[in-house]
Amino acid sequence: MTLHARLVVTRPAFTLDITLEVAPGEVVALLGPNGAGKTTALRALAGLLALSEGEIVLDGRPLHTLPAEHRPIGMVFQDYLLFPHLSALDNVAFGPRCQGASRAEARRTAAELLERVGLAAHAAARPRQLSGGQAQRVALARALAVRPRLLLLDEPLAALDAHTRLEIRSRLRRHLADFDGATVLVTHDPLDAMVLADRLIVIEHGAIVQQGAPGEVARRPRTDYVARLVGLNLYRGLGDGARIKVGELAFSTVEQVEGPAFVAFSPAAVALYRTRPDGSPRNLWRARIDGIERHGDNVRVHLEGPITAVADITPAAVAELDLAPGREVWASLKAAETHAYPA
Amino acid sequence: MSGSQGSRPAPGGGAGAARTGGREVSGRLPWMLVAPAVLGLAFLVLPLAGLLIRAPWSTLLQRLAEPQVLEALRLSLVSATVATAACLLLGVPLAWLLARVEFPGRRLVRALVTVPLVLPPVVGGVALLLVLGRRGLVGQWLEATFGVTLPFTTAGVIVAEAFVAMPFLVISVEGALRAADRRFEEAAATLGASRWTVFRRVTLPLIMPGVVAGAVLCWARALGEFGATITFAGNFPGTTQTMPLAVYLALETEPEAAIVLSLVLLAVSVAILAGLRDRWVAAP
Repeated sequence: MTLHARLVVTRPAFTLDITLEVAPGEVVALLGPNGAGKTTALRALAGLLALSEGEIVLDGRPLHTLPAEHRPIGMVFQDYLLFPHLSALDNVAFGPRCQGASRAEARRTAAELLERVGLAAHAAARPRQLSGGQAQRVALARALAVRPRLLLLDEPLAALDAHTRLEIRSRLRRHLADFDGATVLVTHDPLDAMVLADRLIVIEHGAIVQQGAPGEVARRPRTDYVARLVGLNLYRGLGDGARIKVGELAFSTVEQVEGPAFVAFSPAAVALYRTRPDGSPRNLWRARIDGIERHGDNVRVHLEGPITAVADITPAAVAELDLAPGREVWASLKAAETHAYPA
Repeated sequence: MSGSQGSRPAPGGGAGAARTGGREVSGRLPWMLVAPAVLGLAFLVLPLAGLLIRAPWSTLLQRLAEPQVLEALRLSLVSATVATAACLLLGVPLAWLLARVEFPGRRLVRALVTVPLVLPPVVGGVALLLVLGRRGLVGQWLEATFGVTLPFTTAGVIVAEAFVAMPFLVISVEGALRAADRRFEEAAATLGASRWTVFRRVTLPLIMPGVVAGAVLCWARALGEFGATITFAGNFPGTTQTMPLAVYLALETEPEAAIVLSLVLLAVSVAILAGLRDRWVAAP
């Protein structure tokens, strides 16, 4: 493990306490709602915030005893913080200069890095002349210019508009793949996390609530927050080896779980009926429509009843079933569409 | 109950709305405010106009070229500039200390820094004499050790001007430091910059407008300094007689010369104001 860290930061009314292991070349995303402590964790790794307790060890060397300027890190800030009085080239050359490189050497390094991020033509531009996407790439080049062993990215795509974001995300992914040190990135956007990271760590209220490969986290959420992020209905229940009891409902599932269990299913897997359907669906409950909203090409129906759930159906189905808030419907779900796993 | 209360003020409210709405909004200005405002404006502008009207325009250049005037002008410019340089050298670090370092008694120190701002300059001159005078606490030692005496020398003029003008610089720079985004400094630290490098290469360029504005104010204050200078440095033509002192002296003997000297100071002040406005104050 190249990075091993236990980060404890105590503040009035808030405590961050997480443990991180990041391998060389690995990209770990800290994902969580606002105020969960993601940025606090990143600032603690960077040395911009003192640890109340714990340690940071990088390549076997303790890092937490060093001030920020002596840590082998590179950091990309949320709004980039490019120095407004320096050109793009001098922004990137800033780090090498601080590490003792001569002016010419530092500029050579900077020029190479700008070339690598495709901005050689903008070397002389001041930050305010750059677009958001360009500024983000200069910020990345500046962070990489100090040849860090640990790269920290704070919401690297949050300041970009949707169109630029798509392009910059895939570029960033390529650059992160080329980087051989450890990378920790913070985001509240699940898509950014899924695309950029090899592993997700979900933080809520200053503690890790779930971690794993992006696919695994997306398939098997363990908190309501993660379920909402990945767009699944999630319930905690009790399995008896055949069914999983959630409140008054007993779910038939493909996987058999004994003891505390999670049941997850996609909103698209829920079918709605005005009258009680006959036949195959094995999970059936009576629900009241709480709200209806557009959701992409479909319509998202919020259901109240023995469980609170959302169902995605086509606009045609809404018209055909004459759905409206307050109306009673039957909701059904095939066992094959559910996913059950131990809690 | 609430219904009857709600309905009763309605007619009155409607009349009020009609009165405040429409064209009458921009109608009559309250003379209670306008009259004093115009009087105040006249009070500020008339004396300056008087200066311009009474100026001996025909002999202006000739009077300006008099050696005594040129001498006073040169001394004023040199001493104000050197005093400003000294204020920059000491005041910027002092402002940085006040804005960036937590230490016990910081509020007290900040209050002390601003004392010369409100202190009558004559009192400042007396205080300087007591400390830096020949028999003063530090002055005695200065003379014994280095053979340096400050009172009644050009160096004394600079000391008096710096004493009075430095708070302007410190306050301006400290304000700029507090307003500056500290995250740029954090970004520099993550790039390996020591605190000195951060200050030199990031903080100082970012607050440069504030430093320049402070330096200009400081320079203007030093240029106009009278009380502390005449108390601490005296009034010797060629060594300590700056423009303001020359104006005061000339008024007794040669009023026209006083007007000419005053015009020069007025021109410098207006130039400074214009420069500040366009380049630093109005800039976003």
